Amino acid sequence: MLRAIRHKNILPAFSAFRAFSSSAKEMTVREALNSALDEEMSADPKVFLMGEEVGEYQGAYKITKGLLDKYGPERVLDTPITEAGFTGIGVGAAYYGLRPVVEFMTFNFSMQAIDHIINSAAKSNYMSAGQISVPIVFRGPNGAAAGVGAQHSQCYAAWYASCPGLKVLSPYSSEDARGLLKAAIRDPDPVVFLENELLYGESFPVSAEVLDSSFCLPIGKAKIEREGKDVTITAFSKMVGYALKAAEILAKEGISAEVINLRSIRPLDRSTINASVRKTNRLVTVEEGFPQHGVGAEICTSVIEESFGYLDAPVERIAGADVPMPYAANLERMAVPQVEDIVRAAKRACYRSVPLAATA
Amino acid sequence: MALSRIASSTHASNLLKPLSAALSIRRVISSDSTDPLTIETSLPFISHKCDAPPRAVDTSASELFSFFRDMATMRRMEIAADSLYKAKLIRGFCHLYDGQEAVAIGMEAAITKKDAIITAYRDHCIFIGRGGTLLEVFGELMGRICGGSKGKGGSMHFYRKQTNFFGGHGIVGAQIPLGCGLAFAQRYSKEENVTFTLYGDGAANQGQLFEALNMAALWDLPAILVCENNHYGMGTAEWRAAKNPAYYKRGDYVPGLKVDGMDVLAVKQACKFAKEHALKNGPLILEMDTYRYHGHSMSDPGSTYRTRDEISGVRQERDPIERVRKLLLAHDIASEKELKDIEKQVRKDVDDAIAKAKECPMPDPSELFTNVYVKGLGVESFGADRKEVRATLP
Repeated sequence: MLRAIRHKNILPAFSAFRAFSSSAKEMTVREALNSALDEEMSADPKVFLMGEEVGEYQGAYKITKGLLDKYGPERVLDTPITEAGFTGIGVGAAYYGLRPVVEFMTFNFSMQAIDHIINSAAKSNYMSAGQISVPIVFRGPNGAAAGVGAQHSQCYAAWYASCPGLKVLSPYSSEDARGLLKAAIRDPDPVVFLENELLYGESFPVSAEVLDSSFCLPIGKAKIEREGKDVTITAFSKMVGYALKAAEILAKEGISAEVINLRSIRPLDRSTINASVRKTNRLVTVEEGFPQHGVGAEICTSVIEESFGYLDAPVERIAGADVPMPYAANLERMAVPQVEDIVRAAKRACYRSVPLAATA
Repeated sequence: MALSRIASSTHASNLLKPLSAALSIRRVISSDSTDPLTIETSLPFISHKCDAPPRAVDTSASELFSFFRDMATMRRMEIAADSLYKAKLIRGFCHLYDGQEAVAIGMEAAITKKDAIITAYRDHCIFIGRGGTLLEVFGELMGRICGGSKGKGGSMHFYRKQTNFFGGHGIVGAQIPLGCGLAFAQRYSKEENVTFTLYGDGAANQGQLFEALNMAALWDLPAILVCENNHYGMGTAEWRAAKNPAYYKRGDYVPGLKVDGMDVLAVKQACKFAKEHALKNGPLILEMDTYRYHGHSMSDPGSTYRTRDEISGVRQERDPIERVRKLLLAHDIASEKELKDIEKQVRKDVDDAIAKAKECPMPDPSELFTNVYVKGLGVESFGADRKEVRATLP
């Protein structure tokens, strides 16, 4: 079967906007992250990288490609497979005033180091009454990949975002990836930066402004990816793409969905979310992670507390299934939200629901 | 008593000798004399994969005198904290350091305030050693705004960034990778400073120690791991917790030194040696053989897993302050009365600090929401009843 293969212009890590091309530039999330790291390391000699395979291997997912060659082994450190140790070392370096970017090959492995993220990093500025600040970034892929099973598929957004003292960001597009990572590295507080492996290869258009090395996105501000008036759909990371697809399908059925890309899980942009629900009167939250005590639970409650009178329907939550991630492809598909799930929930919120069973 | 050789006296004091003999106070060396004095450690150093430093330690009368005064201050402070805890003015955890003072003082004598120190939760005396005041200690222990962490941290969370003291950590073993991270930053910044990371015999079995030590050795970090071996990890004796309690050897490929931690001069010598070593060759482990008179914390009497005879035996034979007292008397640097006067002054200083701390207010309710972030970005934070108590984080 013939498929049109689109040539993608792969931008080198540090190229500027190409003036001679008038078409919109495209950039993969991987390139976006790589260029952000490159630019921030170039701008501030205190920024350094550490993690497994970030150096000579060019990065387990090639996010740190080329950076060892450019900045040398003093600033791009390949660590042994010892998360508790190297995360603690990163936090200690941040105590002293350096600006480490610690990579977890996936956030599942961050659990080995979670004491350092929470107790050594998040709480230090408070416990020391401002003496010890921790300008560190913990980054890496979060959530489900494809077929990697229960121990490699968990989403950590809810856990980290519940912790005061941390900032938790999760990009969707390349613009998000560049802007939020740069903001995270420049931020004086510990930031958990949740990427998504399946998004690394996805390409997005980027404007000249986004490509500029001073580009930065504000932490704590959500983005309205698609304006709408009938129902608000919140999502982050990969689920933003699913929510946008759901919005397309809903539009064909006369439902105008407003899709909010959270970008920042902590701080959560409650005002943008509430303003949207006050406009649409209906809410569907979407996330990949476990449903109980999830990000959606917080968003729903925030809306019920702040905008109860504006709701015309019960709030709806779409989340990962309440089970460890199975391996078999059909079960895995059931364990992660699909576009149809988002569409169905939006319709329920609009009193146009069609139960799952009826569509079988 | 340890062998000691007095360096040749100055001509002036030789002249003074016959005169002073006539007075009731005979002084061979004045207590503020900085003339070099060489004293041997009570015990030899035992080394692992390195050459032990010499037992002859360079000191001076004034240094010994300051050791006495500083250790007496620490001792009195900890005992006063015990009383305050029993009076319920200190809440929660309170881990006291009395008995271990020589480690804090000996270390400070060997290093500068540009070197970094990080420790666990038995941190009151380390904080004092790094320049913290008695008022800041008692203020923090009682949760007042004059405390070192403005009352927000408590006993386990003292810090003094300006003199490179990085806390005060409650999670056993966590400070070890953090300390290696400090050393990493020192090397990264091309400074000729080192980090001393203190931990106990209980923490010595933690996996993250070996993870961090591996990286410190791989990357030649100027990290000195100091095991304050007081022989009990909470209520568990070292022989019940460690298959190999020779902690100075546990670094395997990392050199180590076993030190009499009750001998302030031995501690000073070992730390001096360690700093030189770490700057040239990377990490080193120092095992300080020390002892705590109190239990693990104020909720532990400390006598269910140790005999009272053992505790009083150590106090009798090895007390660090008594050792220095004997040295000062033997070298005629101070008289019994002078030392008693110091102790009286120390008591007064401690009592004054406590009185002042008691007058100090508790933090304003608005402080609940300060320092959560360096840059709060104007976000909202909430109290227990979020409809009643909200704050904007600046």
